This record gives sequence, structure tokens and C-alpha cells, in this order.
Amino acid sequence: MRNLLPILTVLGGILVLWYLSVAPMNIRVALDQAERAGADIVPEGSVERRAVPAWRLMADNRDHVRAGYQLDRPRLPTPAQVGQELWKTTGEMALNGRAWSKRSLIYHAWITLHSTLWGFALGTAVGILGAVAIVYSRVADMSLMPWAIISQTIPIVALAPMIIVVSSQLGVEGRGLPKAIISAYLCFFPVLVGMVKGLRAPETSQLDLLKTYDANGWQSFFKLRLPASLPFLFTSLKVGVAAALVGTIVGELPTGAISGLGARILIGDQFGTPLAIWSALFAAAILAGLLVTLLDLVQRLALGRMGARA
Amino acid sequence: MSAVISAENLSLTFQTNDGPVHALKDVDLTIDKGDFVSFIGPSGCGKTTFLRCIAGLETPTAGTLSVNGMAPDEARRKRAYGYVFQSAGLYPWRTIGGNIRLPLEIMGYAKSDMVDRVQHVLKLVELDGFEKKFPWQLSGGMQQRASIARALAFDADILLMDEPFGALDEIVRDHLNEQLLKLWAKTGKTVAFVTHSIPEAVYLSTKIVVMSPRPGRISDVIDSTLPRERPLDLRESPEFLALSHRVREGLRAGHSYD
Repeated sequence: MRNLLPILTVLGGILVLWYLSVAPMNIRVALDQAERAGADIVPEGSVERRAVPAWRLMADNRDHVRAGYQLDRPRLPTPAQVGQELWKTTGEMALNGRAWSKRSLIYHAWITLHSTLWGFALGTAVGILGAVAIVYSRVADMSLMPWAIISQTIPIVALAPMIIVVSSQLGVEGRGLPKAIISAYLCFFPVLVGMVKGLRAPETSQLDLLKTYDANGWQSFFKLRLPASLPFLFTSLKVGVAAALVGTIVGELPTGAISGLGARILIGDQFGTPLAIWSALFAAAILAGLLVTLLDLVQRLALGRMGARA
Repeated sequence: MSAVISAENLSLTFQTNDGPVHALKDVDLTIDKGDFVSFIGPSGCGKTTFLRCIAGLETPTAGTLSVNGMAPDEARRKRAYGYVFQSAGLYPWRTIGGNIRLPLEIMGYAKSDMVDRVQHVLKLVELDGFEKKFPWQLSGGMQQRASIARALAFDADILLMDEPFGALDEIVRDHLNEQLLKLWAKTGKTVAFVTHSIPEAVYLSTKIVVMSPRPGRISDVIDSTLPRERPLDLRESPEFLALSHRVREGLRAGHSYD
């Protein structure tokens, strides 16, 4: 728990900065609302105010700065507002037995998680198999690797609709599979790169040693290369699972999906409800945090059994 | 005594971008059963390359080499030798016992047999009780002893050692040299030992092969006159010093051009 203090310090710093930013970010909205309600604002009229910097508006209309912290549709909601919205759409709904309602973030997070896990599984499998091919075959090394790198330079936002269209042409029902493919597309790369490095980690003398035992290819893979690659694999998996989640959310954005965290973000944007966007964003961050923590736990268990220093 | 390893006109040339490198040139050598042969020489003299040729890890470009009457590669397939590298190279994810089991698993020994063999070789290198420890929990000298135990675990008559104590300090090295001699007496294996320490070579060997570089070749083969029983203080005897002197002369002759 020695780490707790620095973590809390950074968190506190972020919160302070956040609260300080809310006032200038929301001042214009707050002044517009106050003016409509009949208050005297300097200068008059929202168009005139556009030319005035935020700090000036705050200085000239001190009484209305506070209002920026209590808006219904703030440009930048306060952490407390986001927390309330998160609780309203998760815990409170769960307590009322409406966890699976379409308005509940638990439901949307589950939809996203589902695709993420499929994408993660698919991406990890492709990554590991690709790495094995690259390490064992010179042809694969020279042909696969450049394509893997090129694949990551194509913006996924451009590719996602194509994957949806193609999969629906092929008669695939629903968005689950195409979303998983999009997510796997982002997730396979870190796994591939990490595994190539991991499988090549054994030193020449370790490979020579196996040769002196006349070990066959399977033995040298399972007794040396694979265990040597595990620390690399776990690091890549943690990057990969986060990428898979991002992939799924991006896959939900341009595809007209109506459920999933990505869809919530898009809908929140279209209906002008930043609170919905922010709470979906935080739900995604919490989900990613949970997934990475879970993998970290598995890593500690696995590497601990393999004699890693505590 | 029958020849276990014999080389005739053995040459190995590496083709590099800077032209051919003659790692070994016209090497003739016979190693008898039960011999302890040291290879000594400056770096680039081909001593390690020669050891790797015996192990079938390098292929000579000319001449003949036989190990146990077979081609080296065939001998490797028959698991004729145990090889000890300069770095202990223990797998960090396996315990000491697990590391020693590695060759046994690969060679398909029975489970019960493995348990006995691990205990036996751990006793040989005086590491009993360390079976369940991980490599990082052991000192460098202990790790190297574990790697020797690993090479002894299966029934190979030949032990090839490539500067096994090169990275250890003098005190540990003296101790391990003494232990290695005892082990050699107990097991009766044929040992080929690469080193660049003159006292180590003289103290351990029944035969000292002095090599020189560019091209890698043998400049002197010295049959040791020392008794088989060798306490550490033998190293201050006139006989020992005379042998050391001859080795040093051999090394100097190989370096006459610089």
C-alpha cells in the first residue's frame, strides 16, 4: 500500500484541475441560460460574448460562475455529475432490478464486453499463430510482418463499415461477429509483435543445448521457446485487451449500432447530452481497468509458479 | 586405451564478408577413454570451435573426425556427450531439479528413473537439498555446478566443457576445479575442457593441448606427468611449475608474430 499515496496525489491533482476547468468551459452556456432567465450579463447577447475570452466573462459576471457547476447539459460536467450519472445508470438501476434495461450502462457494457472478449480471443489466437509462423519460417517472416505493420496504418474507422458491409453480404446475422473482427484487428498486433520477440528470446547457447540433447522441434518449442515467451505474452495481452476494447467501441461508432458503449457515446453526441458521453467513457475506462487488472492477476499467478522473483 | 575422439587433418573455414576465416587448420588429435584433455590458447585459436565440432554443432570443411567411432552428428543423435556452456544457461522458470530433468524428459526417461538420477547427480556436485530452489536463488558457482549436474544426468561417457568456470572468481574456481577432479575420478568420464587459464589447464588435465590463432591450430600437446591424485597444494610443486612453463612457452611460440 506504499503506492497509495502517490496514486491518490495524482488523482487529487487531476480532480482539482478538472474542477478548475469546469468554470471556463461552461461559462458561456451558464451566461446564456442566465440571460434567458432575465439576468443582466456583460456584455449582452451570446453572439457578442463569442469574441470575449472566457476569463474576462468570468471576471465580469462573477455571480454566474457558480451556475456552470450545476448545468443540465454542461460542456464539461463535473466529476460529481459524472459520478451521479454513472450511479444512476448502473448501481441504482441494478438495485431496482433494471440492470438489463436498455437505459442501463450495465447492459451496454455487457454488449461491448461480449464483443471485446470474442475479439480478444480471436486476435490473440491470430497473433500467436502468426508469431509462430514468423519465427519458424523465413518466408512468413518476410511476407507476414510487413502486412501486419501496414494493417495497423489503416484507420480502423475507415475499415469498420467495410467489415460490416462484407459480413452482412456474407449473410452474417447481427453485429456481434463483425464487431469482434474489428476488435481482433486492433488486438492481434501487439500480441504478434510481443510473441515474436518472446519466441526469439532464448539465447543461442540455450538452443544449442537442446541440440546437444537432440531435441525435436516440438520439444524445443514447448520446453524452451513457449515458456521463455510467456512474460512477453502477458505484457502484450494487457496491451491487446485494451486495444480490443477500443476496437469494439470504434466498431460500434460508424455502424449504426444502438447498443454498446460506443453506441451510447454516439447517441450522447447526437442528442447533445455530454453527461451520457462522459459516463459511457468512464464505464469503458473502468471496464478496461478491470480487464487489465484481471490479466495482471493471471500473470502474477502464472509467472509466480514459474519462479519469478516476488 | 582406445580412442574416443580422433581428428585427422581437421579444418574448418568460415566464409565471411571479409573473406574466409580459418578457424581450424589441419588439426590432428586423439583423445583416449578416461582422458582429461584441456584446450588452452588465446581467443580466436579455435578451441571452442573444435569442441563444437566434436559436439556436432559445427561441421568441419575438411578432414575426418570421429566420436565413439561415429561421425559427430551421429554421436550427437546417440547422445554420446554432455555439454557444459560458459554460461550455466539454467531455465529460470524451472527449479534446479527441473533443470536437471530437462535432458531426461527430452530423452524419454521413466519418471521413477528421473527422480533417482536427479538425486544422484545433485549429490555428485554437492547440491543435495537444492532441488526445489530456483536458479536465481543460487550463487554463480552453484548455478554452474547445477549445469554440470544437468550434463551428467544422462549416461554420456564424454563431457565437453566450454570455459565452464570462466566467469567465476578465483576462489570459487579453485574449489570447483578440485570438485571436478573428484567427480572425474568417480565417474571415469572422458573430459574435453576449454580454458584460458594456465593453472587450471595444468591442474586438471592428463593432456594439455596448446593452440594458437590465425589459422587456428595445435602448437603443442603435453602429456601431464602429474599423479592422478591432486591436492590443491600440488600447484606449488616444481613439477607443476615446469608444466606451466612449457604451456606458457607454447602459447608464446604461437604468438611470435606480435
